[in-house]
Amino acid sequence: MMNWLPENVSTYGGEVDSLFYLIYYITGATFILVMVTLLAFLVLYRRREGRRATYSHGNTTLEIIWTVVPAIILVVLSFMSQASWARIKSHAPPGDVEVQVTSKQFNWEMLYPGPDGKFGTADDLMLENELHVPVGKIVRVHLRSKDVIHSFFLPNLRLKQDSVPGREILAWFEATKPGKYEIPCAELCGFGHSGMKGWLTVHPADEYEKWVKERWPSS
Amino acid sequence: MAESSTAAATGQAVHAHHEELGFWRTYVFSTDHKMIGRQFLFLGLFMMVLGGLLALMLRWQLAWPETQIPGLGWVPEPFMYDGAMGPEFYNAVFTMHATIMIFFVVMPILVGCFGNFLIPLMIGARDMAFPVLNMLSFWVGVVAGVVMLAGFFVPGGHAAGGWTAYAPLTAVPQYTGVHSGQNLWIISLMILGISSLMGSINYITTIINMRAPGMTFFRLPLVIWSLFIVAILLLLALPVLTSALAMLLFDRTLGTSFFLPAGGGEPLRWQHLFWFFGHPEVYILILPAMGVTSDILAVFARKPIFGYRAMAFSMIALAFLSWVVWGHHMFQSGMNPALGTGFMISTMVIAVPSAIKTFNWLGTLWGGNIHFKTAMLHALAFVSMFVIGGLSGIFMASTPVDIFIHDTYFIVAHIHYVVFGGSVFGLFAAIYYWFPKMFGRMMNEPLGKIHFFATFIAYNCTFFPMHILGVGGMMRRIYNPMQYEFLQPLQPINVFITWGAIGLGLAQIPFVINFFWSLFAGKKAERNPWKANTLEWVAASPPPHGNFDAIPVVHRGPYEYSSPEVTEDYLPQDRQLGPQRVATAH
Repeated sequence: MMNWLPENVSTYGGEVDSLFYLIYYITGATFILVMVTLLAFLVLYRRREGRRATYSHGNTTLEIIWTVVPAIILVVLSFMSQASWARIKSHAPPGDVEVQVTSKQFNWEMLYPGPDGKFGTADDLMLENELHVPVGKIVRVHLRSKDVIHSFFLPNLRLKQDSVPGREILAWFEATKPGKYEIPCAELCGFGHSGMKGWLTVHPADEYEKWVKERWPSS
Repeated sequence: MAESSTAAATGQAVHAHHEELGFWRTYVFSTDHKMIGRQFLFLGLFMMVLGGLLALMLRWQLAWPETQIPGLGWVPEPFMYDGAMGPEFYNAVFTMHATIMIFFVVMPILVGCFGNFLIPLMIGARDMAFPVLNMLSFWVGVVAGVVMLAGFFVPGGHAAGGWTAYAPLTAVPQYTGVHSGQNLWIISLMILGISSLMGSINYITTIINMRAPGMTFFRLPLVIWSLFIVAILLLLALPVLTSALAMLLFDRTLGTSFFLPAGGGEPLRWQHLFWFFGHPEVYILILPAMGVTSDILAVFARKPIFGYRAMAFSMIALAFLSWVVWGHHMFQSGMNPALGTGFMISTMVIAVPSAIKTFNWLGTLWGGNIHFKTAMLHALAFVSMFVIGGLSGIFMASTPVDIFIHDTYFIVAHIHYVVFGGSVFGLFAAIYYWFPKMFGRMMNEPLGKIHFFATFIAYNCTFFPMHILGVGGMMRRIYNPMQYEFLQPLQPINVFITWGAIGLGLAQIPFVINFFWSLFAGKKAERNPWKANTLEWVAASPPPHGNFDAIPVVHRGPYEYSSPEVTEDYLPQDRQLGPQRVATAH
């Protein structure tokens, strides 16, 4: 099942994936345990004439064990998840590249602040559905929406964040490998939801410099 | 009724004197809880056919996008173009598939039908506390169904914002292009809320006040416990949905801004309100199936339920916890991530009572003498499929993993393992098990087994691979996966799933044949064909108006199977043991 995951190209994607594996192994083992027990019972205790079922109303010790053991596993899983969650969603590090992404039916508008680093000035540049970033740099995405809720999804970077009209939400990522990756919208946003997508291009450092120079020759 | 003669022979027939009611009072505007239960069953089964056909249309589009669906060339534009679906119509179809299956199939059958039919019979009452309210509950539900179906025929088409109807998409008609369709959807669910409210008040009152002598709360069958808890959840959850729906309707029609930021509203308010209703709703769908499964496992394993009190308390725990987990639907919504942490912990905790139930079901089978009747096979399918649905929930409870799988087919797989693998197998188990009591005839076992195995296999072929699609990143609610380069390699899985879904549809044909054939020509059922302990089997099959010859007196709990006190392997709740036996028991 694991090799179905899209290739991970983000710094924190590995953490997400290893939690995924961990839960996969725990739940997989539980599933096998329960199914083997169930099937064994079905075979062992299938109906036979003249035999009488065991008259038992339960066993408190067993019940305490199978209450406490899952509870401990689940609490431990929560704590393990919490560290990654806080790193990815709560504490965005200072950004090397800032970009404002505004969703609307049915496009992504990518706004670059230009050399002055400020949004809303004359040197801003807006591209539709094209996001260009350098490899190995922290990119901070300021998510906004013009109409309905959309969801900014980067499958290869293990990032998903809804964009909500009326507020700005900060998301971040750091790509580890140059390439072109799709940016689908993951939240139903109307009849054009399917096919609402952009492209993320992760450039090697020198190529990104060149891309910036072409856009803002003065800088 | 024909049974009144046998009733008079076995005891004093209190209700045998009642005058014959006409056709309308007997079959249409009946106040008899058993007829109302049957009416809910037929309503639910009819809607299930409709919801299933909608699902097949979705699957066709996903496997062979934008090609003609056989037999649908007659559907006019702008819904379909020469038999191929447009994206607007696709959105309406998946919205309605979910709406119908949740509100008009699982709820009417598990809560409406079996709640009505079983509660008075299993607690030893002659009818519900409020029979007229009961009748109204059904007919108000029918009105809701008619309003909901009317949405297909209005200009602009039916609601297309998903069954979760996230604002602002649904709050402004221009965003979806749907005008009166979405309004009808809202109004229908408000009406249905009234129907459920009447039902739940009735269930709660009946269970509290009308139990037979000796029927203490801890002698109630677990299915009655589950329905009691569900009625409380309905009573508390539905007003929240209704008020959210009212706000949505006002935003759409009166120009308010509850959910619209331009007027000072808050889009996430809808999600909070919807899921505050929506998560208890999930347990409204699954708890009755848990109760049904518990009863059926004990009967066919010929064993007392393992840990009866733990089973009842874990259902109560699920009901309480279901109020504090709604935020796990909103981890990626923009809600404060710190709040996500709290909801992750509560969600992990709610897995514990589910685990207790699963292990106790296994414990019930241990040392049993298991009869593999069709009802039992469905109950066993419930246990194993619910395990998958429960375990897959742990993935999305973990907030970082949810970042990736949220809004993907992993979620679609999860909900179908819970609501189909859980509720629908539970619903089939209940139909096969109580059909003799409901209609006085047995269903055909070989046909039932064909239906079971075909359904079980096709079901897993349909829904298991959806986990893989989700891990591959495929978003839910997309019209055409081939529009995405990263999803194109997954397309063969989509085709496979669609064949599975077609098989799942065909697998229901033996059920339909069996159901209607048995209704008219099945073997006559005796009073207690499964040799079960609970009180409904004391009454005639089907029970006459008033249910019991004399109100039974309850002497023990519902699961005294293979008790050493008697030579048979069952000991009905109302049987009084001889004085010398009572003496040895002390």
